[in-house]
Amino acid sequence: MTSAREQILGAVKTSLKRNGPTESTPEMLAERLSDPKPGLIPERAQLPHPAQVDLMESMLIELSATVQRVTNVDQVPDAVVDYLKARNLPQEIRLAPSRELLELPWEGQSLLKTSSGPAREPDQVSVTGAFAGVAETGTLMLHSGADSPTTLNFLPENHVVVLRSSQVVGAYEEGWARLRRAFGNGTMPRTLNMISGPSRTGDIEQKIELGAHGPRRLHVIIVEDGDASA
Amino acid sequence: MQSRSHRFKENAREAIADPHIQAAMAKMKVGFTGKRLAAAARLPEFEALRDAARDIKNHSLANLDFYLERYEEKVTECGGQVHWAPTAEDARKAILDICQRVGAKTVTKGKSMISEEIALNEHLENAGIAAVETDLGEYIIQLRKEPPSHIIAPAVHVSKEQVEADFRAQHQHLPADRSLSEPTDLVNEARQILRQRYLDADVGITGANFLIAETGTSIIVTNEGNGDLTQSLPKVHIVIASIEKVVPNLEDASTILRVLARSATGQEFSAYTTLSTGPRRAEDPDGPEEYHVILLDNGRSSMLGSEFQEMLRCIRCGACMNHCPVYHAVGGHSYGWVYPGPMGAVLTPNLIGVEEAGHLPNASTFCGRCESVCPVRIPLPKMMRHWREREFEKHLTPTSFRSGLGIWAFLARRPALYRRLTGLGIRALGALGRRRGRFRSLPLAGGWTKYRDLPAPQGKTFQQLWAEKQKNGGSSK
Amino acid sequence: MPKPEPKVGLFVTCLVDLFRPSVGFAAVKLMEAAGCRVEVPELQTCCGQPAYNSGDRADTRAIALQVIDAFQSFDYVVAPSGSCAAMLKSHYPELFDKEPDLRAKAEELSSRTFELVSFLTDIMQVSGVEAAFPEKVTYHDSCSGLRELGVRDQPRKLLSSVNELSLVELPDADICCGFGGTFCVKYPDISNTMVSSKTESIENTGAGTLLAGDLGCLMNMAGKLQRSGSDIEVRHVAEVLADMTDTPAIGVADGDVQSRGN
Repeated sequence: MTSAREQILGAVKTSLKRNGPTESTPEMLAERLSDPKPGLIPERAQLPHPAQVDLMESMLIELSATVQRVTNVDQVPDAVVDYLKARNLPQEIRLAPSRELLELPWEGQSLLKTSSGPAREPDQVSVTGAFAGVAETGTLMLHSGADSPTTLNFLPENHVVVLRSSQVVGAYEEGWARLRRAFGNGTMPRTLNMISGPSRTGDIEQKIELGAHGPRRLHVIIVEDGDASA
Repeated sequence: MQSRSHRFKENAREAIADPHIQAAMAKMKVGFTGKRLAAAARLPEFEALRDAARDIKNHSLANLDFYLERYEEKVTECGGQVHWAPTAEDARKAILDICQRVGAKTVTKGKSMISEEIALNEHLENAGIAAVETDLGEYIIQLRKEPPSHIIAPAVHVSKEQVEADFRAQHQHLPADRSLSEPTDLVNEARQILRQRYLDADVGITGANFLIAETGTSIIVTNEGNGDLTQSLPKVHIVIASIEKVVPNLEDASTILRVLARSATGQEFSAYTTLSTGPRRAEDPDGPEEYHVILLDNGRSSMLGSEFQEMLRCIRCGACMNHCPVYHAVGGHSYGWVYPGPMGAVLTPNLIGVEEAGHLPNASTFCGRCESVCPVRIPLPKMMRHWREREFEKHLTPTSFRSGLGIWAFLARRPALYRRLTGLGIRALGALGRRRGRFRSLPLAGGWTKYRDLPAPQGKTFQQLWAEKQKNGGSSK
Repeated sequence: MPKPEPKVGLFVTCLVDLFRPSVGFAAVKLMEAAGCRVEVPELQTCCGQPAYNSGDRADTRAIALQVIDAFQSFDYVVAPSGSCAAMLKSHYPELFDKEPDLRAKAEELSSRTFELVSFLTDIMQVSGVEAAFPEKVTYHDSCSGLRELGVRDQPRKLLSSVNELSLVELPDADICCGFGGTFCVKYPDISNTMVSSKTESIENTGAGTLLAGDLGCLMNMAGKLQRSGSDIEVRHVAEVLADMTDTPAIGVADGDVQSRGN
């Protein structure tokens, strides 16, 4: 008996009226997988780096996220506390267990309770890093890993993302290039979240409501550390 | 699900008489179209990206076997498992087997049209497994025991008052004085209810917008984040996808993503685009322990190489129905099965047979608005016409219509006879209608005069008048 | 530039032939004024859309070949209808996909075929007409002309040259009126819903006259307006452009005609 696999692949081959690829040679197809080439990149994604960071910020704001810029990574704890105060949120955060975040001077914030690890109910505020920010649509790229649990991006009502300006790129394709450099060609982390603003729905009478299931608020702290690609 | 497509005319009549549906359609036909237009206008490369997206899908389909094999290889390499499902039954069985093996009692679900196509919820419920839809629109229609009426906005036909009534009837804890009159209240209520469901679920099932052959990745595009909670919290993640979803690499997916949300909701990008590759890794602190992909054929392989191959480019954005005046008139449920609107009118007969779904490709004026907005440029009217050709060949066209058409075509192919007969007929009709200039009713024209007057002909035909004029000395000047 | 005095075959269309010959004469007048010699081949009946859109490919092909033959000797083939012109221009070649010889003939016809108003502006370089119409009018873009042939600005351009005419844009002018050939009698309830929302928009413009370039759509909208008691008059755009508005509007009896314009 033929397997379901052979049944489907056989039917595909029969319908395509051939036994192997035709227009493209197997080598061409294999190369498309081993050496992917960017397609048409919008001009908007090809700005000089400082303009990209500005675009990232304005796109985020358009997406109903909030943005604060700081010039030094040590200012992040202050920025987080200010954010919590301004929105009357409890002084308690769940941190992604990354060295970069854990080593920030949190001890200066006497009222702030920090813990780290994957999100649990009823965590209200998570603070994570990011892998990249894609300016063309204000999209954050975050991937899963030992120091970046995915649940932090979705369970708490408030998600604070620390993004270094050197992580900002123009187009999604530059994000993939960085990902391949970090993980190797053809290899992906378990999850890659591309996040563009807080959770939303238009399912009731097409009225846009924030906070459908994921975070109601997305706050991005941009740390200006220059342009790593320059 | 049981098809009601053969009742299309009756379904449509009921929908036209339903004020809820008409109010909802009046709202949607301005909302989606305006937002798409604005998003497209903001990206100068939009039209060129549509071409590129079309080309990528064409390439992927032309080499589908290659990319499916490479995709499977990669999924397996990352610790996931691919289950090939030639039919809906095979897909249902594969999913139920997994759920039963892990002793699942509750399954949460992200929005998936394939799940609707294979009627998965019913199958799981019959086996004693609770299937909970988590997309707000899907959750609403699950409460209402209705199918989706739109592929990206499943509850677009439901008013907020109806949602409130459904919540009050089915959420037992709700105090009577709790306000649920505004969408915000309703969204919060659903958020609260569903939160516990995510945490309790044993298996999470999502669809896929794309499968990436390069990396063995599945991609979902959502706005609510429900798909992410569905797939990250339970110990098993099952992806159900049809075979035509595979594209070669991440760059190809990016190009298509640039036109997807803009065409669908008019967003630049959806809130969450999530790429999943295999189960949780040794070092991961969260994520599912098992990752399965159900690859469904269910008739698609036989569309390849046929005049319907281009339909397999469809990326399920919903733009065609958002812009369809017939959809706006009758709503999604009238189409009677899973896929409504122009894409449904082409796809549905492929999946459940033209005998059952024959009305769908006929209920179009060929106005072409769907094709003009399709992000992958599917010639939808042309393919609806192909269905009409198949129906005509199979003698499925209604007999009375067919014989009328036959007489007309007989005459149209004989210009001299045609001229003589139309000349006489039109003169008679013109004389009959001369007093009022139009007819309120006319034998054999009931389809027309039921709702509108029929303008009377002016009297003689153009051909007669022209011939007279030529005889009396040339030009009409 | 077009060649001087091109020879144009008028594809009159079955609806104009049977229901409203005055549109055909308006078309002839406009083309002659633009410097064309116009002839009307006797061997024409219909473009074949009723058969084509009903899945009857064999009859469609026979009709197409007849049209191709009948219009062989003309520099241009012009129809006062976007829908019929698009049938000749865009769809005839598709009918002969597997027969290169016939396809070539169909493509050759296609290259010479135009919708009337766009033919006047784009080929004959007409930038204005000698006409007057002291009315507030609105204009509906028929689907085939708009989306298959790109006819949108051309009629507006010529209408702007008509004396005393004021054009008020119809919201959603690009949305189908619900005619769709046999669609309107096969699915009367749906067609009625569509034309009702169309006539509502038309009435909301406050215009006294509705114009469009396709008689099928015009008869549908006129019939609905009249059934609902509206006194908005409906005419083919060519009648106004040719200054031939002394005939009663569509669906209006001879005696009822209001004195309009000149």
